[in-house]
Amino acid sequence: MMVMQEHTAKAFDADLQDLSRMVAEMGGLAEKQIADSIDALTKRDSVRAERVIAADLAIDNLQREIEDRSVLTIARRQPMAVDLRQIVSALRIANDLERIGDLAKNIAKRVLPITTEFHPQKLIRGVEHMSALVLAQLKQVLDSYASHDVEKAMAVWNGDEEVDAICTSLFRELLTYMMEDPRHITFCIHLMFSAKNIERMGDHATNIAETVYFMVQGRPITDERPKGDTLAALAAEH
Amino acid sequence: MNTMVKVSDIVPAAEAHAPEHGTKVVARDVNVYYGEKRALFDVSLDIPARSVMALIGPSGCGKSTFLRCLNRMNDTIPIARVTGRIEIDGRDIHSADLDVVQLRANVGMVFQKPNPFPKSIYENVAYGPRIHGLARSKSELDGVVESSLRRAGLWEEVKDRLGDSGTGLSGGQQQRLCIARAIAVSPEVILMDEPCSALDPIATAKIEELMDELRENYTIVIVTHSMQQAARVSQRTAFFHLGILVETGPTEKIFTNPSDKKTQDYITGRFG
Repeated sequence: MMVMQEHTAKAFDADLQDLSRMVAEMGGLAEKQIADSIDALTKRDSVRAERVIAADLAIDNLQREIEDRSVLTIARRQPMAVDLRQIVSALRIANDLERIGDLAKNIAKRVLPITTEFHPQKLIRGVEHMSALVLAQLKQVLDSYASHDVEKAMAVWNGDEEVDAICTSLFRELLTYMMEDPRHITFCIHLMFSAKNIERMGDHATNIAETVYFMVQGRPITDERPKGDTLAALAAEH
Repeated sequence: MNTMVKVSDIVPAAEAHAPEHGTKVVARDVNVYYGEKRALFDVSLDIPARSVMALIGPSGCGKSTFLRCLNRMNDTIPIARVTGRIEIDGRDIHSADLDVVQLRANVGMVFQKPNPFPKSIYENVAYGPRIHGLARSKSELDGVVESSLRRAGLWEEVKDRLGDSGTGLSGGQQQRLCIARAIAVSPEVILMDEPCSALDPIATAKIEELMDELRENYTIVIVTHSMQQAARVSQRTAFFHLGILVETGPTEKIFTNPSDKKTQDYITGRFG
């Protein structure tokens, strides 16, 4: 991490620290929402699902607070260079975290209709495994944001491949279940959407990694991102 | 001072691409001494034609000193000594056969405080062209005065009272009158030393708007303490610190992602 000298105007440092703290807090909430929504899904716990749905409001509120504070800081301080990038990054990351929150809420909503007997453990394990990966990715990228650690951000950026690959294999498996017995379709579709939601959370973690890179280096990542997602190719097969 | 790394040595090759309208001013290894005190250290800087170059840096960093080298204003200070080479359009401005009066007509200057002559608005603008013999007749001189005031964005406000005293105008109008006066002798380079620091925000905005128009025809070098102003008006920025040119580059790069930590600390308000 680059050692950053303090501003002559100390209140400016406080403004920036507050923004970082709010982003970290929002990140913590998003992580909890992911874990809780997956827990509710695997245990078919509708009470917990309702709680996840209600808790999304706190994330939305934090996003608004971050936006207000960012706009105010820009207006008040006319930030330049690294300071400006830090504020723009807070806005962008808050946006990604808000989307992650929405996706978790969407998974929680799907818990309620899934009450069938059909509940193959293998599929549930797949979703669990995927969400654990995404959670680890999110945690790591939030760490990289807090510590301005570009290498850690790059690791997240490169790690999205595995999540995509699991999502594809899950899709393949769900297809076979649905072809076996049409009564499984409702459940499988909900699970598929949940898996897709988790995969999208991973994409948002990747976005955040890109933002961290931009914040620290002042330029976008230029490498080609590895892709494990072959859903499009798969769709063409079937 | 032999260990000093010159900016020309560290500017990456990609930076050295040819500017759109060529290079107007070339400064190489410029040093300025005020008596024993050295104010500039081996400054080498290219200023592209028909663009705005902003010089920024904390007080006493040498930016105004460098600016004053470009029309040999430092000659007027007895203890000042300038070494190094400065070329405008390839011509050495220190060469023996160069007429310094002609140089200063060619390289106009606008100062921090508006300094109109205590004469009429018309005379303020007409004075230069008249003594340089740029107008052969009264009607030609009228034409020069009008076009200069128009280019300075002042014509509409003063056309009905050209006989009034220049000092009776508002601060912003006076500054635009000084710009009109500088333009009247058809300079190619205009130096501005904190031209807006005595003006209110609206008058400042008008001068900035004017600079944007003027750069189509002139090369402008501005010294400013307002980082935001430098970011708004210039295409290239040079950052000075303790008499050393620390970093120069496209303005958008200097203000979004400077290469040097000193530059970053200065523009983000972390200095010292």
